[in-house]
Amino acid sequence: MTATATTPAGAGVPMRGGARRLVDRVARVRELGIVVALAALFGITGAINPSFLSLQSLRDVLLNSAIVALLAVGQTLVVVTRNIDLSVSSTVGLTAFGAGVVFAAHPGAPIPLVVLGCLAGGAACGLVNGLLVGIGKVPALVATLGTLYAFRGIDFAWAGGRQVNAADLPESFLSLGTRSVLGLPLLALVTLVVLLGVGWVLGNLRSGRELYAIGSNPDAARLAGIPVVRRIIAAFVANGALAGLAGAMWAARFGTLDATVATGKELDVVAAVVVGGVAIFGGSGTVYGAALGALLLSSIGSALAVLQVDALAQNAINGALLIAAIVLDRVLALRVAAALRRRRFRDRQEDRNGGEVGGTRKVEEAAR
Amino acid sequence: MTEPIPPILALAGVSKSFGAVQALRNVSFELYAGEAHGLAGENGAGKSTLVKILAGVHRPDAGRLLVDGEPVDFTGPADAQHAGVAVIYQEPTLFPDLSVAENIFMSRQPRGRLRRIDRRAMHAQTTELCARLGVALDPQRPARGLSIADQQLVEIAKALSRDARVLIMDEPTAALSGAEVARLFSVARTLREHGRAILFISHRLEEIFELCGRVTTLRDGQWIATEPTDGLTPDDLVRRMVGRDLDTLYPKQDTAAGDAALKVSRLTREGVFTDVSFEVRRGEIVALAGLVGAGRSEVARAVFGVDRWDAGAVEVGGRRIPPGSPTAAMAAGLAFVPEDRRQQGLVMDMSIERNIALTGLASLRRGPVMSRAAERARARDWAIRLQLKYSRLTDTVNVLSGGNQQKVVLAKWLATDPSVLVVDEPTRGIDVATKAEVHRLLSDLAARGVAVLMISSDLAEVLGMADRVLVMHEGRLVAEIPRDRVTEETLMAAATGRGTGRSAA
Repeated sequence: MTATATTPAGAGVPMRGGARRLVDRVARVRELGIVVALAALFGITGAINPSFLSLQSLRDVLLNSAIVALLAVGQTLVVVTRNIDLSVSSTVGLTAFGAGVVFAAHPGAPIPLVVLGCLAGGAACGLVNGLLVGIGKVPALVATLGTLYAFRGIDFAWAGGRQVNAADLPESFLSLGTRSVLGLPLLALVTLVVLLGVGWVLGNLRSGRELYAIGSNPDAARLAGIPVVRRIIAAFVANGALAGLAGAMWAARFGTLDATVATGKELDVVAAVVVGGVAIFGGSGTVYGAALGALLLSSIGSALAVLQVDALAQNAINGALLIAAIVLDRVLALRVAAALRRRRFRDRQEDRNGGEVGGTRKVEEAAR
Repeated sequence: MTEPIPPILALAGVSKSFGAVQALRNVSFELYAGEAHGLAGENGAGKSTLVKILAGVHRPDAGRLLVDGEPVDFTGPADAQHAGVAVIYQEPTLFPDLSVAENIFMSRQPRGRLRRIDRRAMHAQTTELCARLGVALDPQRPARGLSIADQQLVEIAKALSRDARVLIMDEPTAALSGAEVARLFSVARTLREHGRAILFISHRLEEIFELCGRVTTLRDGQWIATEPTDGLTPDDLVRRMVGRDLDTLYPKQDTAAGDAALKVSRLTREGVFTDVSFEVRRGEIVALAGLVGAGRSEVARAVFGVDRWDAGAVEVGGRRIPPGSPTAAMAAGLAFVPEDRRQQGLVMDMSIERNIALTGLASLRRGPVMSRAAERARARDWAIRLQLKYSRLTDTVNVLSGGNQQKVVLAKWLATDPSVLVVDEPTRGIDVATKAEVHRLLSDLAARGVAVLMISSDLAEVLGMADRVLVMHEGRLVAEIPRDRVTEETLMAAATGRGTGRSAA
């Protein structure tokens, strides 16, 4: 970080290109920072207890973070549009319990069909959120807080104290939760595929870039002719579908399913997204950062267990990390703004000192 | 127009109102292929509303919109874009987090296989557009932190990249340097020769004469004239815009200036404004003029303590005030009427009386609780003094017209009995009658010994009201012109950095 802080003051940096390099670096530093934090975490914990770095232990870390990371990827879609979806945990709960009920009643049901059903159910929940926010113009925080309770309420009414146990579920389904493919846990692999897919869409398709545009300046997005409402609804639906997928993954991994599945997970997801450098007011951040954030938060949990630190301390540490991430973002943003401001000012001075020469130089540069 | 070719874009009998304010009244207007058409009018005359109707942002309350002679209904900006209308807005509408290239090509990015955005092509096209405009902007740089001029150039590049049939430019030159304006005009002329239609709005009348073949004038939301610029003089145009004698509109009384009430010394906020020194004496109205983005509002905000300053000092009545404290500024006798009354001047959902009470909560208490009676008495007193038009003092301020809202802001501050009043764009977007009342009020205040610092983009207002004019250009005070020597030409020359005005002491 010190390097970033000193660069703007450094003299002799070429004008506009210099500012860009700085901004680029800061943007990359966000994800790099998490990688560094992860490396430090694994290094220190591994030094104290080498078993933490064993293949099996690393596999467990990945498996444990797979579901929250998947949810963080979906959440990023919503957050970059300057919205938020707090109802994801209830969507996970509903779809996980739904999958359990279906398998308990029809042990022979085709697994792909059930997973598709979870996706569709989640997408329906997302559609409700999307309509409330996009058409109803209800602020996302309030709308999804409402559906957080509403979906959970439906779950409770449906379950009515019932519980589906691992014994009621087909072995072929449960094995998906623990199986490894190519040395990686299957669930982590699913998350990875989704991550790469969503990352590609956000980076390379017009619709993906439009989500960033909406979050960056909603009024300008409207003036640019972007179908703002449709895009916002789509983001919520996609996030809901991914939450449904996470529900199916939850059912396969844990087996014991009742109406309280995944309660409170939404805050872990939002924390992961923020730690991962996705701006909570929209417009910037990547799904890669969000997934890394989820990995970091859940690794801390695993590391503390290995180090035999009181599990209760984990919440405090996660909280501290979250605040540190936001403070870091704010400090970086101010630094960048100040650097750009100074640079702009210097450009002008140069232009003025150069007089007409400055003007012609600019034209020549452009002509090249 | 010998052949019966219908105009590309036309309005027929269009009216539009916002709440109590009638922005356009029965306006008809035609724009033909291959012409550059000027649109003139004072602030609040309805130019921006007309632009927004053509752009599909607003829908007319009455009247029709015609494209190629056929009636159309724009339900949103996307419809206008499909009809071939591109708009450069007065306020840049950029995405700060996205790159310059993405800002220009949003939703129209060149695509390759799998509908993937072809970044290389996008950046190449951006560089090409920038070259046409004669600027060197890095296509990959984020829009955040661009200067106002560069933002405006990105807007222009965006509109050009659409290759539209109609290009509407709403004050595109306000922040540009002379060379940049010349470049823009040569691009505009080329477009016109290729049969595009251009609608050009500018406060600088000479630009309208330079670029446009015909000019339409609006006044108070009404169509006044459409005529060729040949044979028209700038004075004729001003007369059409203003429609009355300037002297009656600006009832500036002559006052004897007293001691310095506000003294600003070498005030600097890094990257925003530098080394600004001036004083305003009791009984004086000093205008702070300059182009949008020159740093005028920023100086006012810093003086009042909304933003901190990095160096320099501010003295009110001979006593220094600390930086970054509006509370201290108010205690010292400063009052500040901000530029944006809806966002900064008023709490829109609060009642008239409560808004007026906001600056005097301490004096309106009976013990720990607010006294409704005192609150009401204060509001009623000021409502009468400023001739506020309202039905009940408990109405929220958002039901009032713009002019009456501005009166509430003024009442709120005058109730603190300030020794220095800073007003930022005091008459922007308010009707002519109220405008005259505000001017009379400022004049009266000065006569009673209040020092007034007025920021205004309205040239006529500056010329009519100010005892002295300070001109800012790119964050610096570049000229100080006394009342008897200030003209539109000297002012614009200083404001655009062509610097013929005398430097401030």
